Amino acid sequence: MDIVLWGVLPYLVIATLVLGTIWRYRYDKFGWTTRSSQLYESRLLRIGSPMFHFGILVVVVGHVVGLVIPESWTEALGITETMYHGNALFWGALAGICTLTGLIILIYRRRKTGPVFMATTNNDKVMYVVLTGALILGLWTTLVSFAQGHDAHNYRETVSPWFRSIFMLQPDVEAMAAATLPFHIHILVGMLLFAVWPFTRLVHAFTAPLHYLFRPYIVYRSRDLTHGSRAQRPGWQPTGTQDRERGSVR
Amino acid sequence: MVRVMAQMGMVMNLDKCIGCHTCSVTCKQAWTNRAGTEYVWFNNVETRPGQGYPRRYEDQEKWRGGWTLNRSGRLSLKAGGRLKKLFTLFSSPVQPELGDYYEPWTYDYSTLINAPLGDDFPVARPKSLITGEDTKVTWSANWDDNLGGAPGAGHLDPLVEKVRKESEDRIKFEFEQTFMFYLPRICEHCLNPSCMASCPSGAIYKREEDGIVLVDQDRCRGWRQCITGCPYKKIYFNHKSGKAEKCTLCYPRVEVGLPTVCAETCVGRLRYLGLFLYDADAVTAAASTPDEKDLYEAQLDLILDPTDPEVLAAAREQGIPEDWLDAARRSPVYALAKKYRVALPLHPEYRTMPMVWYVPPLSPVTDLLKEQGHDAEDPGTLFGAIDALRIPLEYLAELFTAGDVDVVEGVLMKLAAMRSYMRAITLGQEPDASIPEAVGMTEESVYEMYRLMGVAKYDERYVIPKAHVEDAHQLEEIGCSLDYDEGPGMYGPLGEASGRPVPVAVETFQALRDRQTADHAASEESLRGRVNLLNWDGNGRPSGLFPEPGSATADPAGSTTVTDEQQ
Repeated sequence: MDIVLWGVLPYLVIATLVLGTIWRYRYDKFGWTTRSSQLYESRLLRIGSPMFHFGILVVVVGHVVGLVIPESWTEALGITETMYHGNALFWGALAGICTLTGLIILIYRRRKTGPVFMATTNNDKVMYVVLTGALILGLWTTLVSFAQGHDAHNYRETVSPWFRSIFMLQPDVEAMAAATLPFHIHILVGMLLFAVWPFTRLVHAFTAPLHYLFRPYIVYRSRDLTHGSRAQRPGWQPTGTQDRERGSVR
Repeated sequence: MVRVMAQMGMVMNLDKCIGCHTCSVTCKQAWTNRAGTEYVWFNNVETRPGQGYPRRYEDQEKWRGGWTLNRSGRLSLKAGGRLKKLFTLFSSPVQPELGDYYEPWTYDYSTLINAPLGDDFPVARPKSLITGEDTKVTWSANWDDNLGGAPGAGHLDPLVEKVRKESEDRIKFEFEQTFMFYLPRICEHCLNPSCMASCPSGAIYKREEDGIVLVDQDRCRGWRQCITGCPYKKIYFNHKSGKAEKCTLCYPRVEVGLPTVCAETCVGRLRYLGLFLYDADAVTAAASTPDEKDLYEAQLDLILDPTDPEVLAAAREQGIPEDWLDAARRSPVYALAKKYRVALPLHPEYRTMPMVWYVPPLSPVTDLLKEQGHDAEDPGTLFGAIDALRIPLEYLAELFTAGDVDVVEGVLMKLAAMRSYMRAITLGQEPDASIPEAVGMTEESVYEMYRLMGVAKYDERYVIPKAHVEDAHQLEEIGCSLDYDEGPGMYGPLGEASGRPVPVAVETFQALRDRQTADHAASEESLRGRVNLLNWDGNGRPSGLFPEPGSATADPAGSTTVTDEQQ
């Protein structure tokens, strides 16, 4: 059972995530959008959306630090286990609560604003359940750790090595099996979230427009480069050289 | 060497606009007659003074569209720079809501038919197209048409506000007596588009060949910054697809030499389409002109003279084809904007270098003179009246020249001069050469301008070079619409709607051209007894529409007769 859950499932999830994203990008670029509902309502969105998004960005950073950086590295820097956990729990709880509050506002808005609810697909509803589930369970692990204080389960000795070992292609199933139940459930729901990710509106996160910081303001595009709305078929390339293609009669 | 680029531009002669909304309706039928774009009007016609669409879009202190100069005098987006945009991505700070446009609706027509018999007439209630619920119709795209509600809401026009403030509240709302005109608006296809600069995804682009600004629907991610960025609010959010959409200048038509739908269907024939040649490298500098009132001149300076050999040489260097240069020489928009200087850009102070120009209306002035019993065509009266009517002039100046009244006055004087000068010719009198002179024009140029504006032949209004035949394989729409990978009959893995979109143009260019220019019924020539109903204009009875009369009467034997003839 442990082998299936912690040794096989992660790879299935990764495969779904990667292949699903490639498939979606290949076949559904038109559907690749945030499907913003700001046109319908912006008063609640203005509060909820930034809360959720900035919160989740902090949560993501927290996960990356916690899962990727081995405990030995931080200890080498002189950060003790207690210091680390105190910080992680504090910031994690803060960001988690912020994210959850934002999400609750957004879900309330989605349910209560007529047009926004009308624009909510079944796909969205499933996604919201999984996303909220993962969030609440994650927050639960944090709160349980808070309550237990020094006796709290140290996920950096169980979950984190397992996470890193997945990418070494030698999953450390025992380490993960040793984690406590809240972590097990949180991770399972998390894996579900990543598995459905490419098929929901969450894909917009993969095209966060960071390149906006670097691109020129004015974009020129030639018909020549785009080849119109029909793709060039192999074997049907036009004859001629580059300058003849521009069609200038010199 | 200047970097010459070609730009398809439009001029609208506002004197001829009767506010019939035909352009809006045909445009809507062609482009935005779809779910998600119910409220979208790529072309709309506003009554001025009026609030416009969306309401008060010209109030840039609120909507933050267009460009502004920052403290160091550099051009920057009014809504904020790149970092600010990314930080406010999760909730766009100043995006208009549906309420600023209107809630699109339909009527529950079925109750008219299905209602049970009763004493009262059944009523078709308005139903919101957004929620499907009963709704109350309170606003629309042209709610204040013909100054409807002007006594109550006229002061809400941002330009009225400004003009009033500047004239120290002396003016009561006299516009409804003196002054009203229509302003049709499409996307400006700017040289320095702020929508494009605002797009985080880089999905909005300007075509190198003809300057048409388009949204790449596959790249747009729905961040909706362009809606804030465009000061004309001519980018709309499709609330079903979650993507930005905008006027395409009917590029599939323009590519094959046809005018846009709004221009083609314009009842007043007030639209002109043609090429500008401009210096692409000088655009940013021109848009950074410190004084707003100099922006009009700066924009004119960008536009190059298509008869200048140096310009032509540079254009050839850039690979602009010869027939395009020829079209640029004959361009009606160049003539109106730069040669005669009677067309003005809409709100040059937004610093986007808009490429849809307007000939300001003289008719409110002449109408007023006529009502007061003056001879509205007499040059003396007309010139004097233009000078005296400061309110309309100031209003027009707010629209077209960032408040510079002298420019607008000069244009109206030219239009008045043209009227007076041409009247003498029409009445067979000796034309007065001093009239054109008074406005700095020659008799010949006034006559040419009259030809272009008064006679306005189809070929002179629309000088649209075709996208290159040698490039036909690369055109977006011209290719045979059946023989490519994902064409009709070739479905994506998830059925008909998946995969890439099918091209927009359905009818062939040739068939359409034949039908429009022929003075006989379509398909008069024998098509071996077959008629393509798609190309039939309903005019006459093309042979082959019905069976041959002979064959119809002699029914069983008829078929054999026909076969005999064929043999």
